[in-house]
Amino acid sequence: MAVSTSPPADLSAALVLEPVAAADWLVILPVAWCLAIGALLVMLRRPIGLHPFISVAGLAGLVVIDALLLQHVIVSGPVTMVMGRWLPPFGIAFTVDLTGALFALAASVVALAGGVYSLSDINDSGRRYGFYPFLMLLMAGVSGAFLTGDIFNLYVWFEVLLISSFGLIVLGSEREQIDGAVKYGFLNLVATTLFLVTTGYLYASFGTLNMADIARKAEGLRGTAPLMTLTALFLLAFGMKAAAFPVNFWLPASYHTPRVVVSALFAGLLTKVGIYALIRVTVMLLPVEREELSFVIALVGALTMLVGVFGALAQSDFRRMLGYLVISGIGSILAGIAVGGPGGIGGAIFYALHSMLVMTALYFASGVAAKLGGSFSLSSLSGLYRRHAGFAAISLMLAFAVSGLPPFSGFWPKVMLVKAALDIGAWWLAAALLVTGFLTTIATGRFFLLAYWRDTAEGQGVATKAQIPAAILLPLVALTVMTLAIGLYPEPLLATIQNAAAGLSEPSSYLNSVFPGAAR
Amino acid sequence: MRSVIFRAVAPFLTSLMVLFSIFVLLRGHNEPGGGFIGGLIAVSALAIYGIACGVETVRRAIYFHPMAIAGAGLFAATIAGLISIAARVPFMTGLWIYPSLLGVEVPLSTVTLFDCGVYLVVVGAISSIALSLEERGGE
Repeated sequence: MAVSTSPPADLSAALVLEPVAAADWLVILPVAWCLAIGALLVMLRRPIGLHPFISVAGLAGLVVIDALLLQHVIVSGPVTMVMGRWLPPFGIAFTVDLTGALFALAASVVALAGGVYSLSDINDSGRRYGFYPFLMLLMAGVSGAFLTGDIFNLYVWFEVLLISSFGLIVLGSEREQIDGAVKYGFLNLVATTLFLVTTGYLYASFGTLNMADIARKAEGLRGTAPLMTLTALFLLAFGMKAAAFPVNFWLPASYHTPRVVVSALFAGLLTKVGIYALIRVTVMLLPVEREELSFVIALVGALTMLVGVFGALAQSDFRRMLGYLVISGIGSILAGIAVGGPGGIGGAIFYALHSMLVMTALYFASGVAAKLGGSFSLSSLSGLYRRHAGFAAISLMLAFAVSGLPPFSGFWPKVMLVKAALDIGAWWLAAALLVTGFLTTIATGRFFLLAYWRDTAEGQGVATKAQIPAAILLPLVALTVMTLAIGLYPEPLLATIQNAAAGLSEPSSYLNSVFPGAAR
Repeated sequence: MRSVIFRAVAPFLTSLMVLFSIFVLLRGHNEPGGGFIGGLIAVSALAIYGIACGVETVRRAIYFHPMAIAGAGLFAATIAGLISIAARVPFMTGLWIYPSLLGVEVPLSTVTLFDCGVYLVVVGAISSIALSLEERGGE
């Protein structure tokens, strides 16, 4: 086509010929937007003072785009755009269904909160080191992973977010951070390589990488292709990414080393990308194999929950404890994936969204606690309640939310998961969920008792009232209010999540969006 | 490096290689070549210049910071994808125009813009690595 005089050919068999509606651009816009702003920030090296404002504005724009995208998907069902006009399965498809749109919106909200928090957490040297470009490119990777409809493309976005996260985790280049980054980087590279190998194996069996195409071809290949092996390998690769037991040890070893805002973003975004990929692959693409592996997944989930919460009980460092709570949350989500059905999958999605907001807020709270009390360690952290009663109230609310107590966002997904587990007779899984909730209450309660209510240790003077900068308080309060709002009025979100779960278990509308008129 | 011959030849060699890298970049649309390989050739040119005349000279010669060059490339590649909004076709669709410059028809496309972006990303990223390695290895 390079020469203008090429003969006319019938293009309808290879290309998308009808014009693309402007609304469909929302599918690709989150990624393109983040990439463009990230690239712009990389170019602007001198006026480093502009970085925070450009990226906070950019992230606010991202929230708007993702909200419009969710709205569009709710109204008109899954939306597809194929890159470069080539028809699927050959063109790389971006297909957004409710699950992807919900995750993308939650991720952008978390990122915006992180962007605002960073205004006072990241100093000039952090800016010069490239915090903001890394943040925008991380969001490009995260959004791409949630929105893509092609499994190799998913791998590419994993790489994009992984490289950006390497940059973020070593920000400051302290000895401890390098140590954490090496553990984090090594384990994640192993997981990504395993993902790539499995994707190659999948391509050898299916001859396609398009998710919709895989979903419709899986039925016919069940007798001949090694689908169980593929599912087990995907489970291991994504489990490693999501920090599921027994491949969870990298997370507590690294998440307490970087800046507070970086830990918060990682806790809110990275493990959830792994869990999203696991939901997408096991529930939508290979549902029969998920059913057969469900006992293994349930066992892994229960162990992850308990290992996480016991780890949290044993910690005396605020951020290390939170790292273990992230792991424990991943266990609950795995339990939902194992149970399956609308209740289980819906509960898993709901729990993941709740965990994104709450874990980020808790990491912010740990940063504030360290600012007020001068330490992350429980042995020297004390008297926070006297210093700032409002902050103590927010922390208590977040502790309730993460333990799954009403009236906060953690309550409803827990109810859904326990009910779904009891419905299929997996009483031990339901018991594990409840025991985990109880132990989480004890772990956070212990922290609250010692760090907030205990009077200041001797020799440190009387605790005085302290002020918290608005840039730190605002995202913390906003996330807490969202948690409370979801807890008090869950109906709209719950309805959307149930539709999302139904769309995953019965992906005919997803298939229809990629291959119009050719679905089962 | 203290060799007189090398120092005398390096600037010519460098300019020749940069010229060749641009040729490879533009040739890449229909024949072997393209942004990635072109970028690598340009970086090896800069590396030779750096070995001969010192890293500071190279940094002055390319004027922009290597990472800024990479950022510009990424930006150009993203814009190349976004241009298709105007034509109501999907992201990253190749679009062509055929302006006539001095009586010669010059085919220009978003694909070329994307490839130039790749070229700049490779030049920026790899030269950033190469220059900092040379800086530390030299003295």
